[in-house]
Formats: sequence, C-alpha cells, structure tokens
Amino acid sequence: MSVRLKIFAAMKQIAVEQGVTLPPLDDDLRLHETGFDSLGFAILVARLEDELGIDPFTMSEDAAFPLTIGDLVRAYEHVPA
Amino acid sequence: MNMSPREMISLRDYLGPHLKGRTISDGRKLVSLTDILGQTCLGGRLSELSGRSVLLAASDQLISALAMIDIDGVAKRMLLAPHDLDADHVSALIADAEIDAVVTDHPAQWRQAGIGLVVAAGQPTASAVAARTERATEWLMLTSGTTGVPKIVSHTLGGLTGAIVADGPTQAPAPTWATFYDIRRYGGLQIFLRAILSGGSMVLSEPGETVGQHLARLAACGVTHISGTPSHWRKALMSASIDTFSPRYVRLSGEIADQAVLDGLKRAFPTASIGHAYASTEAGVGFAVNDGLEGFPAALIGRSDNGVEMLVRDGTLWIRSTRTAGAYIGRDAAALRDPEGFVDTGDMVELREDRYHFVGRRGGIINVGGLKVHPEEIETVINRHAQVRMSRARSRRSPITGAIVVADVILADGGSNAQSRIRDEILGNCRASLAPHKIPAVIRFVPSLEITAAGKLARHDA
Repeated sequence: MSVRLKIFAAMKQIAVEQGVTLPPLDDDLRLHETGFDSLGFAILVARLEDELGIDPFTMSEDAAFPLTIGDLVRAYEHVPA
Repeated sequence: MNMSPREMISLRDYLGPHLKGRTISDGRKLVSLTDILGQTCLGGRLSELSGRSVLLAASDQLISALAMIDIDGVAKRMLLAPHDLDADHVSALIADAEIDAVVTDHPAQWRQAGIGLVVAAGQPTASAVAARTERATEWLMLTSGTTGVPKIVSHTLGGLTGAIVADGPTQAPAPTWATFYDIRRYGGLQIFLRAILSGGSMVLSEPGETVGQHLARLAACGVTHISGTPSHWRKALMSASIDTFSPRYVRLSGEIADQAVLDGLKRAFPTASIGHAYASTEAGVGFAVNDGLEGFPAALIGRSDNGVEMLVRDGTLWIRSTRTAGAYIGRDAAALRDPEGFVDTGDMVELREDRYHFVGRRGGIINVGGLKVHPEEIETVINRHAQVRMSRARSRRSPITGAIVVADVILADGGSNAQSRIRDEILGNCRASLAPHKIPAVIRFVPSLEITAAGKLARHDA
C-alpha cells in the first residue's frame, strides 16, 4: 500500500472511531474541513508513526503543520529515510 | 505475653514457647518461631546493638525477619533496607538516619562503609542469655518512589500494628500468612507483623522463583492468608498453578483494586474472603474493604471509631491516625503531616453515588491538550474486557496535543488471532465510559509488563 493509501485508511478508521463523517479525501481538501479535531490529528500522527516509522512533525523543528490533505501526504512522502 | 507498658512492647513479646508449630520459611529454609526466643541470629552480639541506630541490610528476607525479632526493643532505631537498595543511595541514607551499626549477612561488604559496628547475621543458634525489651525501637522504612534517593519515614511498632490490633484475633486455626511483597517494604512488613501477632506462621517470597513455582510452594506450605498488589495478583491469575492453591483470605493493597481483579480473584478462589486495603508507607493502614466491590463506602470519610480520620481535599485523600508515620528523617526532610496532623496520600478519589473510587496518583496525571487523564482510570476500563489480564496506560508525546494516551495490554491468550476484534471491543468499552481524550490512541498487545520491586506496575512516564 502506498503512503497515501495508508494515510487515508488510518483517517477513515479514526473517523469511524470518533463518529466523524469524512468528506471525500482529495489533495485540495483543507484539514479543518475533514471534521477531525486536534485529538483526531494527534491520534493519526501517532498511528502513522507506528505504521510508517516516522513522525515528520516531531523530526523537524521547523515543520509547519500542513493545511491540506496534499500537504499532509507530502510531509510523509518527503521525509528522508 | 510479657506485661510491658504498651509503648514498650516489642516483637519478642508476641512470641513464646506456648504456641506450638509456628514457623517462618522461604524457598530453602524453615525456622521454628515457637523456639525463636531461645535463639539469636546475631551470634551472641545483640547486646552490642543496645541503643544503636542500626541499618538492617541482609540480602535474605528470612534472616531479615529473624534479625527484626532480635533487634526490636534493643536498638534505638532500625532502618529496613530492601535487598534492591541502590548502592549509590546508601551513604546518604546512612547519614540521614545517623546509622552507627549495620546488621548484615554479608559483613565483608560493609567493613569499608565507615560504620563503626558491623554485626553478622546468619542462621539462628541457641542464645546464652534471653534478650529483654529495653526500649521502644524506632522503625525506619524507605518510600518506594522510583526516582532519586528514597525518603526515610519513621514508625513505631504500635503504629505499624495499629490496624492488626484493631482487627482483633484471627479465627482459629492460626493462619499461615504469605505475601508477594518483600517484608522490608510497608505492605510486606504488615503481613509479617500479622503473622507474628496472630500466633501463626509465615511463608516468604523467594527472589528468582517463577510465579508458578511460588504458587505451588504456597499451596504445599498450606498458606491460608495471603496479600499482594493488584499487579501481583494479575500475574498470579495468569498462571496455571493458581488452581492448586486455595487460601481462606486474599488481600490486595498498594495499587487500585479494580472490579476486574476483584472478580477474577472471586472466580479463582470462590470460598475465600477477598479484601482490599488502603495503606501507604507514609499514611499507614487507612482501611480495608471486604464487600468485593471496587472503591470504598463514602461513609468511611470523616472520623471513625477506630481512630482513623479521612478527608478529601481538592479530590485527594488525606489521612490522620495513630498509624501514620511520625516524620521523614534526615537533614533536609520535609514535613510528613500538615499542622493538623493529616498526611497527604497523593491518591485522587472521585465520588460516584455513595462510593469513592480511586482514580490515580496526583503526580501521574497525563495532560492531553490541556485536558487531564489518569492512566489508572483507563486501565480500569480496559481490564473489564474478559480477555485482558493486565494493562498499562501511558503518555506518549504528540506534536499536536503535547501528549496522547496509549495502552499496552496483556491478553489471556497471548497469540490470539482475534486481536483485531479484541482491540475494537476494548476501544468500544473505552468510548462507552471515557471522555474522548482518555481513549487510547494506540493499543499494543504485549507479552509482559514491568512490575517494580515494590510490586507495582512500572510507570516511567509518571
């Protein structure tokens, strides 16, 4: 599974757990429009760290938190191994 | 019993040749308590300890127990050192407790420690002179905190035995007590003292023994009364050897006894009485609850006729009684009691209907984006799942909320192929009873969880 699909799968799982109706996921969707609160994103980042072995927002001091789904996916795709 | 003034009673006053068949044993040796007053484990050197401040530092619990019987009533004070005492802390503790003698089963190790008097302790031998109770020895114990030099707290034998005396004599036949604790810590010392005061026998734990071996030995020794932390009991309930053991009385203390562990013990020991006690090294024994339910009746708050007074301040339990420790010992020691004599237990409680429930340690709170969580309240919910044997909730740093809560869980069937279903069911239970920020973000299934030397679930992030 690609990084993108893993992120989407994790988001859908959290949406079910949190009772959030997730809009269709595409690169331009702004994160505040996903229905996730900060706790939802905190859970997402923790689970992705376990699954992908990286947390791009803690690894780099100047990493700005992404604004859109596209930014989020790129943050995970562009972390140096 | 020899009639000494109340404040001058020592352990030897509870022992004597009239009660036959009393023993104390570990996994290797058995010693008669019936004959112990005619013996000494100090090779005839007890009188040298008169009025001294003694560090009791034996590697062996059985020798420690026998040395306590020898030393109590003779030395000025006796500091009980658990066998896992950090060597880096020894000199600070010796200075703070003004130690001028050491009793040890490894005398060679202590010759260079700068303590004037080193007395070797070993197997009991016939004593030429009967020891007499000369004074009320001060009992010093160490707190079980995990970081830094442990604090020294001071007790009297009268305070340490207050709850035991209040409970009155045990029903005949005399009990054989055991504990998973080390008897040099408060919870274990309570059980050793119960065995001495009740006229019964004592079976000690043995370092290096597996839970299964330990349970088999408890059964073989005919143990009737036994105590441990909920973590000790959860481990015991995971062992197949639990079926061979059938005690009359099972006691829990030292951690929160949740409904799951109480119910698990009731299933394992259907004919036993099961009680959970509230006690700490500083606050002494507060109370015991024997109705099989978690938490304690709200009516216990306030003044009670057994001399224990409890109140709840800002959600934390405070206790005042003659069983609390007297003071912290040492040059920079803080006050142990407030000006009114109450001890801050640091344990937080919550009133639900007519019962208080323990929710966790005040120092162990996890902050999730400004919202507070006690790991213990999450564990209580996780432990309700029938497949869960033990769990630990802990903090994990988060770039978004500062921290989130994650949980490590031991399943009854470790390699269960139903892990994904069980994870969903646990999360469902959490959602049904906990606020969203308290629901574990990640649940990990693990084969074991670390238990501290004091028998408590290790909480490194607390």
